[in-house]
Amino acid sequence: MDDRQIRISAEDVSYTYDGADSPALTRVRAEIREGEFVAVLGHNGSGKSTLAKLMNALYLPTEGRMLVCSFDTAEEASVWEVRRRAGMIFQNPDNQIVATVVKEDVAFGLENLGVPTDEMIPRVESALAAVRMSAYADAAPHMLSGGQKQRVGVAGILAMEPAILIADEATAMLDPSGRKEVLETVKNLNRHKGITVVWITHFMEEAAQADRIIVISDGRAAMEGTPREVFPQIEKMREMHLDVPRMTGLAAELREAGMPVDQSVLTVEEMVEEVKRLCPLKSGT
Amino acid sequence: MLTNITMGQYYPVDSPVHRLDPRTKLILTIAFIVGIFLVSNFSGYALVLGFLYFVARTAKIPFKMLMRGIRPLRMILIITFLLNLFFTPGEQVLVSFWVIRITAEAVRQAVFYSLRLVFLVLGTSLLTLTTSPVALSDALEILMGPLKKIHFPAHELAMMMTIALRFIPTLLDETDKIMKAQMARGADFESGNLISRAKAMVPLLVPLFVSAFRRAGDLAMAMESRCYRGGEGRTRFRVLKITRNDWIAAGITAAFLALIILSGKVLP
Repeated sequence: MDDRQIRISAEDVSYTYDGADSPALTRVRAEIREGEFVAVLGHNGSGKSTLAKLMNALYLPTEGRMLVCSFDTAEEASVWEVRRRAGMIFQNPDNQIVATVVKEDVAFGLENLGVPTDEMIPRVESALAAVRMSAYADAAPHMLSGGQKQRVGVAGILAMEPAILIADEATAMLDPSGRKEVLETVKNLNRHKGITVVWITHFMEEAAQADRIIVISDGRAAMEGTPREVFPQIEKMREMHLDVPRMTGLAAELREAGMPVDQSVLTVEEMVEEVKRLCPLKSGT
Repeated sequence: MLTNITMGQYYPVDSPVHRLDPRTKLILTIAFIVGIFLVSNFSGYALVLGFLYFVARTAKIPFKMLMRGIRPLRMILIITFLLNLFFTPGEQVLVSFWVIRITAEAVRQAVFYSLRLVFLVLGTSLLTLTTSPVALSDALEILMGPLKKIHFPAHELAMMMTIALRFIPTLLDETDKIMKAQMARGADFESGNLISRAKAMVPLLVPLFVSAFRRAGDLAMAMESRCYRGGEGRTRFRVLKITRNDWIAAGITAAFLALIILSGKVLP
């Protein structure tokens, strides 16, 4: 089996908002291991954001246990241990920047942790370099684009040297190019720095790039597996009001029309390869 | 777009005064204010004027920028002048008709108090023109630090100031957006009398308030998730350092204060 360390472990976690009749999450069981890039997929109101906030001890489980790097989030003493290990990026890029200058905002988490000033400066610089925002170190946050602001947010988390990065719909308010730039930045950190990523999203194309997908529907972990395992189950996805990547949908339609296209096609490039395989060009045409 | 607004009236150039520690500037400004109240004759004001001119020159602040600080105060200035002019008792009557009596003492006093106000504003403007609001809130936090012992929330106040400064452009942008959205639906913010214009602000202020509260909630959560837990055990990214220049500035201001006290005793 997998011998990588377990970073986050949800043990039958349930959560009910104050005053709500039905729980937002019901007995969710999930494990996320070191270095993984896991997408949590669900439509609006499915409970996926609630799950993210539970992973950061912003909410505490009503039932069950949430372990982050083996710390129980429900224990008061471990709240700060959890938060320094699991950094979180939120949806609205404006509402998470505290300081009036980019580099000072990146330093905010370090100030809170009590890191000495001499040590702070190189950590801020390298965090900004890692998200390719060094040129904007002295800029005012409101002059940046949405994607740049989110990258500053990522740098602020990165400076704290966390084991886990949780992105709670970090791209939902960005334009397509900003979305791409933020996802690429985080994927890079996952690949090169080994940071475990929990990527909460409702964009299928983004989830398709993850190592593993957990589908949340009506507060339950409804499906789990690699993108190639999850997306071909088009019927089941539609029942949960979820779409599948366009190419996976096209593949399903082509199969219905009688073409033996591989069901697990996710991207345009893969589709091109499939079509080439099935209808090889005759030489000379 | 409203993205290019400057913060407060900070005038960003590089000068020896700009480089002074904000704490020094804050304390010296208070000393300057005390100095103005020690002035008892016009020769003392000549000293104040000379001092202000010297500081403004060193700080590379154009005369026009400095004067801009007085404009919002012109009503108060005029009222102060007139009240002193009409209601100061005295012997030497200059003008007298109907119920109005203007005496020489009154003219002197009116000019004296008006000048005091002008110098107060100019002196404090020099502080805000040469110190960024963030540096100022840093200085306030540190200077009020000892008050933490009596549970004065120095850190919290400074943090609130920083956050307010951070969100002013964001909220301005949003105001602009909401205004345009309401105008597109026929709202009229410009015509009508004062009351109807105030009423027209309601559809602007309500969404703005709602969104400001939502932002505050979001920000609080983001700050908590980045381990913010108040001022205790917090280190600082920006460090303030007292340099030789700060001592020189303090020396000059002390000399200025001494001269003022002396001028009150010696000169008429």
